Parts: sequence; structure tokens; C-alpha cells
Amino acid sequence: MTLTMGKALNAALRDALREDDSVVVFGEDVGPLGGVFRVTDGLTAEFGEERCFDTPLAESGIVGLALGMAMNGFRPVVEMQFDAFAYPAFEQLASHVAKMRNRTRGAVGLPMVIRVPYAGGIGGVEHHSDSSEAYYAHTPGLKVVTPATVADAYSLLREAIADPDPVVFMEAKKLYWSKDETGLPVRTAPFGTAEVRRAGSDATLLAYGPTLPVALQAAEAAAGDGRQLEVIDLRTLVPFDDETVAASVRRTGRCVVVAEASGFASVSAEIAARVQERCFHSLWAPVLRVTGWDIPYPPPVLEKYHLPGVDRVLDTVDRLQWDDAPDSRFLSGAAT
Amino acid sequence: MTTQAEHRMPTAALPADASGLLPAAEPIRFLDDDGGPAPGDAHGRYQRPATELLRQAYRAMVVGRRFDSQATALTKQGRLAVYPSSRGQEAGEIGAVLALRDTDWLFPTYRDTMALVSRGIDPVEALTLLRGSWHCGYDPTTTRTAPQCTPLATHAPHAVGLAYAARRRGEDTVALALVGDGGTSEGDFHEALNFAAVFHVPVVFLVQNNGYAISVPLSRQTAAPSLAHKGVGYGVRGERVDGNDPVAVLAVLGDAVESARAGGGPVLVEAHTYRVEPHTNADDDTRYRDHDEVEMWKRRDPIARLEAHLRTAGELTDDDVSAAREAAEAFADDVRTRLGEEATGDPADLFAHVYAEPTAQLREQARWLAEELAHEHGAGEAR
Repeated sequence: MTLTMGKALNAALRDALREDDSVVVFGEDVGPLGGVFRVTDGLTAEFGEERCFDTPLAESGIVGLALGMAMNGFRPVVEMQFDAFAYPAFEQLASHVAKMRNRTRGAVGLPMVIRVPYAGGIGGVEHHSDSSEAYYAHTPGLKVVTPATVADAYSLLREAIADPDPVVFMEAKKLYWSKDETGLPVRTAPFGTAEVRRAGSDATLLAYGPTLPVALQAAEAAAGDGRQLEVIDLRTLVPFDDETVAASVRRTGRCVVVAEASGFASVSAEIAARVQERCFHSLWAPVLRVTGWDIPYPPPVLEKYHLPGVDRVLDTVDRLQWDDAPDSRFLSGAAT
Repeated sequence: MTTQAEHRMPTAALPADASGLLPAAEPIRFLDDDGGPAPGDAHGRYQRPATELLRQAYRAMVVGRRFDSQATALTKQGRLAVYPSSRGQEAGEIGAVLALRDTDWLFPTYRDTMALVSRGIDPVEALTLLRGSWHCGYDPTTTRTAPQCTPLATHAPHAVGLAYAARRRGEDTVALALVGDGGTSEGDFHEALNFAAVFHVPVVFLVQNNGYAISVPLSRQTAAPSLAHKGVGYGVRGERVDGNDPVAVLAVLGDAVESARAGGGPVLVEAHTYRVEPHTNADDDTRYRDHDEVEMWKRRDPIARLEAHLRTAGELTDDDVSAAREAAEAFADDVRTRLGEEATGDPADLFAHVYAEPTAQLREQARWLAEELAHEHGAGEAR
């Protein structure tokens, strides 16, 4: 059956609500409206206002309420309407949600999911396109998951809801309308498992969420030029699958990380560091990154200059020292 | 999960009559500053609590104060990293605990260790945070007491969520969140009251207004007529009580908790009290308040007031007072002895509880630390 990612997420919530009475869905406009992206469409009608309901417009309160419910037998799945609207909840996430199990020495676990529609490419005006994954991934105690395929959207969300720990579930907005063939329910690889989406022997592209389609298109184009790029979908940023990533890079000897978030102090920076730590003796070139610039997310008219695209990925692959020449971009003095 | 006949889903309906939500013009009192009867109708519609509850409160307050002074002493000996005293606030600390059933939940702050031990939590477990050997030393699920919260008012929404969950299952659990006057300025205080009202949650917010947020006086926190007046903006009933009058505190909190339990929705109680000690042992309160002010409040001592009241009523004897003091000394002896031992911690714990199952990265880092420690140990033995 052909399905959009949005519908797969909706089906995951529906199936979780059906199978487990302790699951509740709440947030802003998730009730009769079905969420601004319609991910909760029809849930209030099917399960009633007690299972899927609107709250006051206050993200910290939403996450705090969810925490209290999770302490007392429920599995809340809350929606932060947009990436940048989740920031008021950050203290709850960083100081409480992430730490509760640890500070109580395991006595209190928090099975809860915080869904965050994130990243750009949809022409959103200011505050609607942030790639905020690094904030969460940098916070020990949170799991951070971001599906890039329709089947993963369903399976990873089901796994997130069943997980005993809090999961920040990041949904790339521009992929909500992406389509794929998949039967439901579907079970894909578990958390902590990266997937090779395209095999290749010349270089490894590491991507997640919104940049997976970009990496796959770049690999297709590179194949036309005779370069076989392996594309890995990271799927879960925390826990991170070092093994699959390192095994691929040791084989190909070259690696590019493709991420939409700004590069400085980012998830892509962490990944590049990890790859170099683990694969130094196998590398023919430094690990390079294609990321958004280190700028506040641009207005819609200018976002095409910010987002990593196929050409930028291919240009970066070209700089992987195929002829052993130094990368001119990073020659001494080039930055000034 | 049972469905909940009495659970009320959010509606647009707001209370029509705001006046029913407003606190009394003056804080509720039963006692004057010396423990004599407060004049006239100062106790409003409230009834004097049962004598046995007052006697129980007296004993707990005497023990609580002795515990508090012992903890302060332990900071001077380096046995505790820090201790925020609640001396002078015994009525609120003990009143909150006595208003709750064992099945209810308490959501305390860092200043409420006295309430923890009064709730029966082992003092060594209760002082774990301030001793620095772990963050929360007791099991919240068995003690029905949330971890002490340090970031102000951020625990208030948790109390709402927990009580809401209980109500949805048809349980009669009430949650009581302790907050200070400074905490009422935080956004989470606002969000918690708002959510509690909208979802009609059985939760009581007890604001112990002790006059200062570290050094900043109440006048810099709010321009509201009182902190209890903040309730009306959310549709939450507010009440003010003399926080150094244990009779009034027990009466008002008992009423608030049972009202919430009976389905009356959330209640906001402001207890007017005073932090007799500095913010913590590390604070210098002479930089922001006058000694005279402290002395004035010491004369309104909640224990002395209750003792005078009970003695006058013939409900407390010299023997009772002696017994309470002996119990307090025994409690303090136990705390002193057990905290006299050096605090220890197992480095393996650092990685064990971050997730239900440690990630591959955490298992790896735990091994690296263990190797590092084994190496140091080996080097130490070689010397």
C-alpha cells in the first residue's frame, strides 16, 4: 500500500492507542483539528477526548503534565507543534525528563514521547524550520529518533511509545508528504541500528531525517559519474550505531556527513569526530560535512541557499582527496 | 485501566463567580502571636483541627526543628555540602505532611527536607541530595514523595500530571506541591495552576511565603495584593493563612486537601511565614535584611505558639513536652551518628541509570572509567 509518512505516523498513534490503554496523546490542536500537520487526525473521534486531547497553549506545562502522568502509570505522547515552539519545554526536558531515572537511581522511569516536527524546506516563516536535534542529543537521558522512511516512521514511533525511557521523536516536516510502499503494521530495525540504504564502495554518506533523500539522490548522480557511494540512514541519533557507521567507513575509506542543522557544535560534528576516532587508519581523506550554514534559519525565499542539496553533496564528495591533493578550502589562510 | 466517571474533560466553562475564588482579606488565624486566641472571626469558616492532630503536629515540629538545627550543624562539620534551613517554617513543613494521606503525593523543594523526614523518609536518604552522595536518596514510588526539586516551580506541573493521572484512574489521590514566594514568579507556576484548573485536578499548591527569594524581598516578586490572589486569574481558589500559626495551617491545608479530594478542583494556599536562618549555610543575610526583622519573626515562633495554646487548653503536659524533646534529641543523635560516616559513592552508578538499559556508548565509558580506576589503584599499590 502506498502511504505518506504523515499517515504512517497517524497509524502508529492509532495502533498504540488501540493496543495500550495507558497511551494518551495531547498537545496543542491535536484534538478535533488533528494537529497542524494532521498527524493526530481522527484520533479524538475514534478514541474520545480522554485519549487524545487539546491542552492550554504552554509547552512547558504540556511536558510537565506528561512527566507527572508518566510517573503515575500513563504513556503520554505529546506534540510540540513546531521545533522552535518546543523551547519553552526545554527546561522540563533537560532538568527533569532526561534526569528522572538517573536521579532516582532507576526508581522512576518516564515512558513518554515528545514529538517534534522539525527542520525546513517547506517555506515556513521564522520559527518554523529549526533543526533542534543537537539540543536533545546533547542531553544524556533522552533518546533522539528521526525517521526518514515511511516504514520507519511507523515502526520507530511504535518503538518510542513502548520504550521505558523518554524519546524525543523528531519528524522532518518536509517528509510528512513523502510516499512509499509499505504494509502496516510494520516492524523495522530497532533503536540503535543504522541502515545501509544504498550500498557502495567508494565513499560513505551519513544522513538522517530530512537529508536522507538528498544523500540518495546524490549517490544516484554520482553513480552516473562512476562513483559508488554508500548511503547510511542513521535513524536514531541516541542511541547511536557506531558499529554500522565505522564498518562502512573502514570499507570505503571516505566519509561525508550530510545534515540540515548548522554545523558548528552539531550532531554532524559529533559524528565526524566519532568516525575519525574509530576509522583514522582506514581514511583516505578527512571526514567532511555538508550542513546548513551557521546562521539563524533563513526566510523562505533564501532557504534554498541554506539547505544541503545534491550539488553541494557532490561537490563535497569531489573534495575527498581522490588525487591526494590537500583540500583547498582548508588551506592555511583560506578562512580569512 | 478503569474509565473515570467523575473525570471532567476540559471545557470552556469558567467559574461565573470570581469572588468565591478570592482569599480572605486577612490571613486565616486561630492564634495570636503569643498563642492566645486570635480575635473575633480571624479563622473564618475554618474549624479547629482535632486535638490529637495538634498534639501530633507539636511533636513533629519539635523533632523537625531539632533535625533542622542538626543538619545546619552538619554543614559546619563538612558532612553536608549545603543545607537550606526551614527553621521557622515548621508549621508549613509539618502541616503539609499531616494534611496528606499515605496514598497522597508530596512534591517538595530543596528547602523541605524537614517535611521529608516528617513523612517518615529515612533522614540519611532524605539528606542524600545535600550530602552529595546522589541526587535523590529515597524511592519516590514507595514514599509517594517526588524528588526534591531545585529549579524553582518546575515540579509544580508534575504534581498536576500525577494527580490528573490518578483522577483519571478513579483514584482519590491528592498531590501537594510545595513552592516558595520566589517560585511564584516562574512560568511553570503559572502553567501548573492553569493546567490544574483547566483539567480540574486534585492538587494543592502550598506557597510558603517566607519573605525572601535568597536575598530578594517579596516586593520584587509581585505587585499582586497577595500571592493567594494569583489563583483567581486561573479559576483556582486561593486562601491565605498565618504560616506561623500551626492551628490555622492545619485547618486550612486539611480543608484544601479534602476539598481537592472531593472533586473541588485545585487550591492555592499562601502561608505567611519567615525564613529565620539565611538561605543556606553559605548565605550572608546581613547584606539584605535587618536583625530586628528576624527577631520580630522569632517572637511569632510557631512551636512556642502551639505549645502555649495546647498548654492553656490543658492538652499538653510537661511530660508531653519532655517526651517531644527527648524524641527530638534521639532523632538528632541518630542523624549525627549516621551522617558522621564519610559519604561514599560507587562510580559504576554513574552509568547505570541514565537509561533503563545503558547504551553501547555508556557501557564503553563505564569500562573506560573502571580501567582508569584499576590503573590508579594498581599504581597506588606500587608506591
